[in-house]
Amino acid sequence: MTKGRFGKYGGQYVPETVMPVLKELEAAYNKYKDDEDFKKEFRDYLMKYAGRPTLLYYAKGLTDYYGKAKIYLKREDLLHTGAHKINNAIGQALLAKRMGKKKVIAETGAGQHGVATATVAALFGLECHVFMGTMDIERQKLNVFRMKLLGAQVIPVSSGTGTLKDATSEAIRYWASHIEDTHYIIGSAVGPHPYPMMVRDFQSCIGSEIKEQIKSETGGRLDYLLACVGGGSNAIGTFYDFRDDKTVKKFGVEAGGKSDKTGENAKTLSGTGEPGVLHGAYSYVLQTPEGQIVEAYSISAGLDYPGVGPEHSYFKDAGIVNYVSVTDQEALDAFQRLSRIEGIIPALESSHALAYLEKLMPKTKKDEVVVVTLSGRGDKDVQMVAKALGEEIE
Amino acid sequence: MTRLEKTFEDLKNAHKKGLIIYIMAGAPDMETAIEAVKAAEKAGANAIELGLPFSDPLADGPVIQEAGIKSIRNGTSLKSILELVKEIRTFSAIPLIGMGYINNVMKYGEENFVKDFKAAGLDGAIIPDVPHEESDDLRKICKENDFNFIEFVTPGTTEDRIKEICTSANGFIYAVSVNGVTGVRDLDYAQIGKVTERVEKETDVPVAIGFGIGSPKAAENAAKYADAIIVGSAVVRRLLDGKLSEVAPFIKSLRDAIDK
Repeated sequence: MTKGRFGKYGGQYVPETVMPVLKELEAAYNKYKDDEDFKKEFRDYLMKYAGRPTLLYYAKGLTDYYGKAKIYLKREDLLHTGAHKINNAIGQALLAKRMGKKKVIAETGAGQHGVATATVAALFGLECHVFMGTMDIERQKLNVFRMKLLGAQVIPVSSGTGTLKDATSEAIRYWASHIEDTHYIIGSAVGPHPYPMMVRDFQSCIGSEIKEQIKSETGGRLDYLLACVGGGSNAIGTFYDFRDDKTVKKFGVEAGGKSDKTGENAKTLSGTGEPGVLHGAYSYVLQTPEGQIVEAYSISAGLDYPGVGPEHSYFKDAGIVNYVSVTDQEALDAFQRLSRIEGIIPALESSHALAYLEKLMPKTKKDEVVVVTLSGRGDKDVQMVAKALGEEIE
Repeated sequence: MTRLEKTFEDLKNAHKKGLIIYIMAGAPDMETAIEAVKAAEKAGANAIELGLPFSDPLADGPVIQEAGIKSIRNGTSLKSILELVKEIRTFSAIPLIGMGYINNVMKYGEENFVKDFKAAGLDGAIIPDVPHEESDDLRKICKENDFNFIEFVTPGTTEDRIKEICTSANGFIYAVSVNGVTGVRDLDYAQIGKVTERVEKETDVPVAIGFGIGSPKAAENAAKYADAIIVGSAVVRRLLDGKLSEVAPFIKSLRDAIDK
């Protein structure tokens, strides 16, 4: 077994063509992750461009609504481009520049990571190609146009089912053919080593800020941490600094979709997923008894991924995080609830974490403290939600 | 010694180049795949690479992806391919190497896979998403069962990794002609020629060049730099287009080109 493992999960299950560039990336990351100049530049862009640290907001209205533990929201939705994805995109773009790469590529489902990558590519003067499934291009026209405005080229992927998993496969294939000048900015804590580790490191500012900010709010008291899990980048960023703290109970909330039937949800860890290999890593994956990857489904385009980051698989087996799910309907309810009670329209992804409050809050006590990571804002989802609620908007 | 190793030994003694033909199991259907194996052998193929379809084949270009999806939709599984191998063995002793992805193999069970398929008549496996670094366990199982585990080198494989790969290589070494995925295109094979030259200094295990070879001219060029060539997409395309009758003449033209 190779390095880059979390327990037995992770590894580098990629064709030989990709191995040299993974080794190059690993060497570069190991060199720069502790480099003072790199760290300072990353921190500066996070603060002065992206808008970190993000607020830890006491949601009094939501707290009163449940009448139990105090609820805080970690406001990643306030970041530039509207979601936590920018943290990782900045980190990887800075690394790509230091590696002398002129082009970046990315995969995207809902378009959020594509927009984040297109944004940093514009900022740092890199050529950018974003791979997106033809079905997602149809569903997310607004983000496709945003990427074009930012100067990126969106490449339609019609192979397979034309969604995120196929876009990811195609990005890896393209990368294998253009390793000389191209860096692949993976959008979640998935893929072959060193990606899961690197993306987690770039996202771990979420949890480290929570740890710092909660001190002045509650004197450091924190009982529950909630985050939604698709590939799992905002969740790993949220949980990582608390991984050894057993007093903080951690919940990763997956998309329960329409039902428990195969193909109608994205419950990789909380449902029928089994360990296997997808996109270069050994991790839980939704698959058939023959080992074919199953298409995941969720109302939230950022959660419908049939795999999950390998560190989450390890956290599941080790009992460090509880992986649970909520349905499309529960997420839709939470989406509207937060909008009305707090005046914050959350992303449908984040709405999954919020929806789990319905199950969690009755079990909490008044003196306890809950933090929910609000990974992104919901502007991108209003059309989808309107459709789901049966409202016509043009 | 596997049929594959024996075949390469015979080729070497006869001073001939090997021709390996890729056929996707179950695409466009099982019957056609069987006919294609027969046609390939008759036309001069020395070994068959039998595609095991996977939903997300990272090393494959559009043609083999299309064939894989078609095959999966036809209900092909490793269990049905096991039967296919047994059937091929009723009429042919041509070396057969499975080409598939690790998730299907893991789901089947790595040890069961090697044992069952060896017993059925497969001689080895090519698993492109298991690079050398991840292959220890699987290589061990293959070795214990006299089953070839084929490893790769590419234009980007570094000097030290070529050495490392050559120490464990068996059957043949798959030299990928280009940084990229399977599929026909015009290439300068001198680039991979430099790599195969390095490999030949390290090991006596034969080298086969694959990816991109789609014409007699390309076959002839590539064969200069290796012991064998592998042709996939160009054959699979014809099968997907319902042109089974073209397969034998096409393979014959490749045979003639490398025998020149």
